[in-house]
Amino acid sequence: MKKEIIFRMKSPYRDEFRIHGYRFGEGEKTVAIVGAMRGDEVQQQFICSQIVKNMIVLEKQGKITPGQEILVIPSANHFSMNIDKRFWAMDNTDINRMFPGYDKGETTQRIAAAIFENVRGYRFGIQLASFYLPGRFVPHVSIMETGFQNVKLARKFGLPYVLLRKPKSYDTAVLNYNWQIFETDAFSLYSGETNIIDKDSAKVTWLAVLRFLNNVGAIHFSMHEGFISHVMKDKDLVTIVSDEAGILFQLRDTGEGIKKGDLLAKILDPFTGETRSEISSPTDGTIFFSLHSPLVHQDTIMFKISKI
Amino acid sequence: MLKTIISEGLPIDEQLLIRKQTLQNGKGKKRICIVTGIHGDELEGQYVCYELIRRLKANIGNLDATVDVYPALNPLGVDSVIRGIPTFDLDMNRIFPGETKGHQIEYTAYRIVEDLKGADMVIDIHASNVFLREMPQARINAKMADKLIPFAAMLNLDFIWVHDAATVLESTLAHSLNVKHTPTIVVEMGIGMRITRKYGDRLVDGILNLMDKLRMLKNYTPPRITQPIVSSSGEVCFLNAEASGLIIPTVKHSDKVQKGDLLCRIVDPFEGTVLQDVLSPVDGLLFTLRTYPVVYEGSLIARIFSETGGGGDRNAKIRKNKNELQF
Ligand SMILES: [Zn+2]
Repeated sequence: MKKEIIFRMKSPYRDEFRIHGYRFGEGEKTVAIVGAMRGDEVQQQFICSQIVKNMIVLEKQGKITPGQEILVIPSANHFSMNIDKRFWAMDNTDINRMFPGYDKGETTQRIAAAIFENVRGYRFGIQLASFYLPGRFVPHVSIMETGFQNVKLARKFGLPYVLLRKPKSYDTAVLNYNWQIFETDAFSLYSGETNIIDKDSAKVTWLAVLRFLNNVGAIHFSMHEGFISHVMKDKDLVTIVSDEAGILFQLRDTGEGIKKGDLLAKILDPFTGETRSEISSPTDGTIFFSLHSPLVHQDTIMFKISKI
Repeated sequence: MLKTIISEGLPIDEQLLIRKQTLQNGKGKKRICIVTGIHGDELEGQYVCYELIRRLKANIGNLDATVDVYPALNPLGVDSVIRGIPTFDLDMNRIFPGETKGHQIEYTAYRIVEDLKGADMVIDIHASNVFLREMPQARINAKMADKLIPFAAMLNLDFIWVHDAATVLESTLAHSLNVKHTPTIVVEMGIGMRITRKYGDRLVDGILNLMDKLRMLKNYTPPRITQPIVSSSGEVCFLNAEASGLIIPTVKHSDKVQKGDLLCRIVDPFEGTVLQDVLSPVDGLLFTLRTYPVVYEGSLIARIFSETGGGGDRNAKIRKNKNELQF
């Protein structure tokens, strides 16, 4: 393992800002892995640290395939993470809306440019991603339908689900999209949590990354083959939106199998505790996403249900 | 008449309210909408709303149309000094045209578009951010330039910046309305968290002038209007800090500068030393100037419009993406 600094910048008042890369093996650029790009992505940072830990052991055991290079960047925004901010500490911009970056531009464009310079050209790119709403997902691989997506490869993580989604306008500035434009097969891994560490779903995710490395021949050791992934599109998910606001009382959680008509959550009056609304499932299936927040706004996503 | 167009439940005994003032007089069928407060830290538009409504009410007989004024599309942000959307932590001007099955604010964005759609003109007033001071200007997507420049030129502004079409800007309110054939002009002026009355008064004159030209006013004599410079006649040059430190300005905003002029110094407050002398790479008009003193490497310091485009640091001009255009 070679630890290197891929970007450094002096701050006016804080310690120097440094982005570290952990490089394993030498030769063909095989897999690049990027962790936390937002200050709240603690779970993603943790998962990367576990990947690095495991890779160090595998390297000692000689299980990294000769001639293959793997780069892990666990964290690109600890200046925000250290002060409990989500976006860039100074100007609140989002590094993952700045790709492919520009080394003469704004601060976060420069950071994005440095990351991209280091991670482009790899055959495979893995980003540990987070959702814009607080909640928990079933760990899954998400790929954008850019025309370059590769579903067969996405199955190699052995996660229960592969989600295909249509890019939105802002997606043209995210890492995953730019990877694909520059001919890297790119995957976003959603691991359940974001701003708290959930050891179980984190482990599912880092094992999925190791399994992928194994399945594409970057490393070689024997491990469980995982799931045969169910591939679905964003529009196949059934979205349940709140019809009232109040205190959210969750009855069923992410990953649970449910039947049509099952009561999933109640929305309670915040003064009297009376039930304002009962949220029940319109379909049989599995809870793919659930909102995790003690309070709920009206007209806001509460659940996404997969029919399988 | 004050109308509530959206009322959405917040968790505890409060509704998210989006309200507009509708002024209507005469038989004229046209409608103009003045919107502001998408970014909660931008307040220049608040004075424009007040002053426009005040003047129209005082001379309601001149009006032959409908005027809808929306002072706060992000009322929770304006009311709590938060640029984005409280609890949602995203830029509201990146979620349009909204959606019906997302977060409450995405649904709100969807309904705002529905309410504005079909207007004869929409003016979306922004006030930069807390870092940069802007000359009164319109920002227009190159794809809409032919259609919108003639109207933007009526608004009593100094500058019309025709910027390249960037995909990320497709999620702005202005773009979402323009593609729905509702002409929308973004006005950017002043600075965040402050009100520059001189700019506000000028824009109110400009809006009334535009309304007059659209035949929404009767028996109205508009004041003299400034003819703006249009950016397509030259080049916009960006200057970013090359060192992290503290800025000591040496020029004033809206100044004409010469190539080689010292715009500001970036200094080190720990050592008492100069880290960078920021020099103008071109002759031109300083239409954006950083006023917030602390900078990182890369922080935008100034934008200069240069008619000649002349020489200088080429890197300062080439932009690979337009993400730094924040409105
Ligand atoms: Zn704005």
